[in-house]
Amino acid sequence: MAIEFTLNGKPQSLDVDPQMPLLWAIRDIAGLTGTKYGCGKALCGSCTVHVDGNPVRSCAFPVSAVAGMAVTTIEGLSADGNHPVQRAWRELNVPQCGYCQSGQIMTAVALLQRNPNPSDEEIATAMSGNICRCGTYTRIRKAIHRAAGGES
Amino acid sequence: MSGLKKLNRREFLQKTGVASGGLVFAMTLGTPRGAAGAGASSVAPNVYVNLRDDDVVEIYCHRSEMGQGIRTSLPQVIADELEADWDRIELLQALGDPKYGDQNTDGSTSIRKHFDLLRTAGASAREMLVAAAALEWGVPASELVARNHAVHHEASGRSAAFGDLVATAAELEVPEKVTFKDPADYRYIGKSMDLVDGVAMTTGTAMYGTDTALPGMLYASIERCPVYGGKVRSLDDAAALKVAGVRQVVKLPDGTSPPAYNPLGGVAVLANNSWSAEQGRKALAIDWDTGLNAEYDSERYRQQLVDTSHKDGQTVLNRGDVQAAFEKAGRVIEADYYAPHLSHAPMEPPAASAMMHDDGSVEIWAATQDPQSVQGTVATVLGIDKSQVKVNVTLLGGGFGRKSKADFSAEAAWLAKQTGKPVKVSWSREDDIRHGYYHSVSAQYLKAALDDKGNTTAWLHRSVFPSIGSTFSAEATGPGNFELSLGMLDNPYAIPNMRLESGDAKAHVRIGWLRSVCNIYHAFAVCGFADELAHEAGADPRDYLLRLAGSSRKVVPADDGAEYSNYGQSLDVHPIDTERYKAVVEKVSAMAGWGRELPDGHGLGIAVHRSFLSTVGAVAEVRVDGDGKLHVEELWLAIDAGLVVNPDRVVAQMEGAGIFGMSLALHGEITAKDGVIEQGNYDTYPVIRMSEAPKAINVHIMEVDAPPGGVGEPGVPPVAPAIVNAYFAATGKRVRELPLKKAGAV
Repeated sequence: MAIEFTLNGKPQSLDVDPQMPLLWAIRDIAGLTGTKYGCGKALCGSCTVHVDGNPVRSCAFPVSAVAGMAVTTIEGLSADGNHPVQRAWRELNVPQCGYCQSGQIMTAVALLQRNPNPSDEEIATAMSGNICRCGTYTRIRKAIHRAAGGES
Repeated sequence: MSGLKKLNRREFLQKTGVASGGLVFAMTLGTPRGAAGAGASSVAPNVYVNLRDDDVVEIYCHRSEMGQGIRTSLPQVIADELEADWDRIELLQALGDPKYGDQNTDGSTSIRKHFDLLRTAGASAREMLVAAAALEWGVPASELVARNHAVHHEASGRSAAFGDLVATAAELEVPEKVTFKDPADYRYIGKSMDLVDGVAMTTGTAMYGTDTALPGMLYASIERCPVYGGKVRSLDDAAALKVAGVRQVVKLPDGTSPPAYNPLGGVAVLANNSWSAEQGRKALAIDWDTGLNAEYDSERYRQQLVDTSHKDGQTVLNRGDVQAAFEKAGRVIEADYYAPHLSHAPMEPPAASAMMHDDGSVEIWAATQDPQSVQGTVATVLGIDKSQVKVNVTLLGGGFGRKSKADFSAEAAWLAKQTGKPVKVSWSREDDIRHGYYHSVSAQYLKAALDDKGNTTAWLHRSVFPSIGSTFSAEATGPGNFELSLGMLDNPYAIPNMRLESGDAKAHVRIGWLRSVCNIYHAFAVCGFADELAHEAGADPRDYLLRLAGSSRKVVPADDGAEYSNYGQSLDVHPIDTERYKAVVEKVSAMAGWGRELPDGHGLGIAVHRSFLSTVGAVAEVRVDGDGKLHVEELWLAIDAGLVVNPDRVVAQMEGAGIFGMSLALHGEITAKDGVIEQGNYDTYPVIRMSEAPKAINVHIMEVDAPPGGVGEPGVPPVAPAIVNAYFAATGKRVRELPLKKAGAV
């Protein structure tokens, strides 16, 4: 039976194994590849998307669990790529290889939605589920502060 | 037309791709006069540049982007010499092709080895445009100047956009020699240009190896033998084939010995999507012949390495007489240093796709650091010619040396041929960590003599590890000179008696390059032991480094009998310069406020190491809590890399090296039991997360008038010893084994 949900504002109807992780439904079936695989066990955060506004590790989240809900991926975060967090990321040239940055940005946006002006400690707590092997953490922290300033 | 020599087509072909003299420059044909020349809409003065008549300059990046920023830095160099406007450049990723010269994005070579080549590529295009304007206007080229995407004639006030000169330039031959710009006129070199891929990387449109989608593509997941070198004894795929979405199960050819870049073998499950492939793979029943390495136990092996390091080895550098110095020394200090195997664990595990074409050729899309090696390996595996292998280079979600190996591309190619369909091979995280080309485990033995003034009078250093060479040759049973040249043979210390030795070790896993390679354990041992000697001498560790470095001079390892490779460069151009080393010691210690009062439980540690022709100094400030756990509060890094192209990317590489160095210092450890790697994901192979990151990583780029050195790797080696030395300063406990978690410090 097809699973129906909203993906970046558009209705989706996917006829897939209900146990298929949302990550693979998004990447392989819906064809949006901005959301990344990194570990498959909710350890690294590369696959982070928003489900009804909450950050979710899509690699360990069955697609059936999003039935009737709204899923937002990096591609749907803003119409023109100019969400304040995306802008801050570019202004500080945060990415190195860039692979984990979709997940980093989605986690950061969710953090700022519930805490518009987080401290370093609050940023570390929210972001520590997202690994960056290139080691861009100090810039991510600065970019979140910058985006917070820009949003207030 | 001065400065331009017209060649006929035959002469030109003779020159194509031939490196001669100092101009190592693989040129393609400029469109010859009278052929496609007249009225052409574009002209390619060389393989790196294509000038279009719509005023766009196409630049081909022949190096792989894996986070070092080369897709930004490389066009900076070409565009600068070309006088191109940054906003009228189109950056294209080059295919794998020997016509580009060296494409192996490894050894921190992209700028240090190619700076002159890239400048030449830009300058030759500029000179063709100038020559075209000279021809059109009937004035000497010497009266013309190229500036900001146009050629100007100051005397007449005329100017022409680059695009408007293309048709004429297309009829000219490329200049044989070029004149570089005055560095004072650089407009992009030395500037922190924003990332070319910044928008793509923040909007999810950047394409990595795992993002390729081909029509009718099958997704492959491969089960490999848990023990390196093992083979499939029997296979039952009935259950796997019943999994919804699974299309086919294919046994791969067994791996080779030595492994080289060939696939490891195993069984591939091919399905309509990644999830089905993974589920099908779990349903495979395979009986493995685990082979000779099933007895590999890294704890037992460790003892073998340590035992070897306590015996006389092969002398690879000798100065004075260490034995005599030890015999008459007031104090002799000995230490065993040990560092384990490491896994690269890039965020994107190895991934490649392949599609066969009707003519028997194959096309690959791969996250590869070395597309020409993919061509070669795939050609061998498929039994076709290299020219029949087209390799598209995607962005790499991290590389760190893992993706210089072609094995995963060859898996995709072989499966595409077997199935007759496009195939994407994506490794899982567990595949990546359990079946890697591991950074080598190593035992390092050090022994030094101190005189009554605290001077180090003798230094014996033995390095024992299985060689990367073992991956390519069964004969490589011990360290190669190319490996000892990575941070051992270039010891800069002014110690009158020094002997460096190597000891053999047989490999039981695939060994490969990992970011900064042998410099990791060599710097750990050398910089850690130097700190020990400082404390033994009752000296400040930073001051003692200056003492060890001695007088300002250029160290020549060959003077002491060493075959030192200096990263493939001349020591005249890239010397081991103790004056520059000492300047880094002084700068980085000043940045960190060396000698300042520290809170209880805090300690500062310093380490300085030259690698890849650059010298990096690191100071770490650690805090050790009552529970004995260590926290890296702050890092300071100073790098002397000579000329730098993009300072912000150099800073980024140092920040990243700080975190990468912390990961291996605190957590990194790959172990084996019964031949099986015991780690599998980021829970058992942890890397640094933001919660552990320092509050700041402060970076300074030394201003040095010297040719460019490496940047991607040299930041890594001094980080671990700086942390270990800081831990000693804070606690009085000396750690000689990585990672620090083994000492209960994490």
